[in-house]
Amino acid sequence: MPEAPEGLSDLPAYARSLGITVHGEDAGMPVLTVAFGPMVEGRPHHFHGGATAGLLETAGYAALRTALLAAGRDPQLKPINITVQYLAAGKSRPSFAIGRITRLGRRNANVTIEAWQEDRSRPIATAVMNILMV
Amino acid sequence: MTTPPARFDAREASQWFFRHGHTGWLGLRFADQGDNWVELELPWRKDLLGDRSRPVLASGPIISLMDMASGMAIWQASGTFNPVATLDLRVDYQRPARERASVRGRVECYRRTRSAAFVRGIAHDGDPDDPVAHVAGVFMTIGADPRAGNPALKGGSSDA
Repeated sequence: MPEAPEGLSDLPAYARSLGITVHGEDAGMPVLTVAFGPMVEGRPHHFHGGATAGLLETAGYAALRTALLAAGRDPQLKPINITVQYLAAGKSRPSFAIGRITRLGRRNANVTIEAWQEDRSRPIATAVMNILMV
Repeated sequence: MTTPPARFDAREASQWFFRHGHTGWLGLRFADQGDNWVELELPWRKDLLGDRSRPVLASGPIISLMDMASGMAIWQASGTFNPVATLDLRVDYQRPARERASVRGRVECYRRTRSAAFVRGIAHDGDPDDPVAHVAGVFMTIGADPRAGNPALKGGSSDA
């Protein structure tokens, strides 16, 4: 198991039961992964759009938690919205995702997330989340 | 085959859809349907929580619920099971679901073109007038799906 960035050993129950794990990190942000299997399958041999969204969202929260920890903050996070763009079908192989903080304000954060499979330069989905911090 | 295929029926199709895969794992259930809309239920479950401090369903499964209700609303509106792929899905969260509450997703397909279908809907935890979330999405039609030949998806008996 690659070392998880500090504070990210505890993904939410939903993420853990879907099989999402921390794969490693890139530029200080966690890279999450989920294997292909029945739990994420939509149409045969493809990721369900909802499972892909779940991976994106989990990576978004993980990125924000990482940035907040670095800033010495530990607020409660509440979702405002998420917009998911589906770019290519998720095939029957592992998916990865990483979030990037576009803006970290006092009350809200804007996070961009990207998911890919074997080729990082060919994302299968992206998302933008606005998250309220209280 | 000269028999015209039966109309897609979300209730019938649910019996088959929710036995497998991601939606089966989530435990989605059929709730209600109309000419161009479908309502599904996501039962509350301890291992689908998103927050350590409160027993409230995570937002991830709610996206899956709305994505699935969207697809089924499109098939309900068109009357046929033509495979679709999500292009864009937006979820605005008005408030967290109540503790230990199941969430229902009701989505209508308000417009279809040759290649795209537009949906909008709400997620609620009992009162549709006080939604948990609003959703809007665009789906594209895609190529053949092996499930299209499944009788359960053409309105026939699911155990045929």
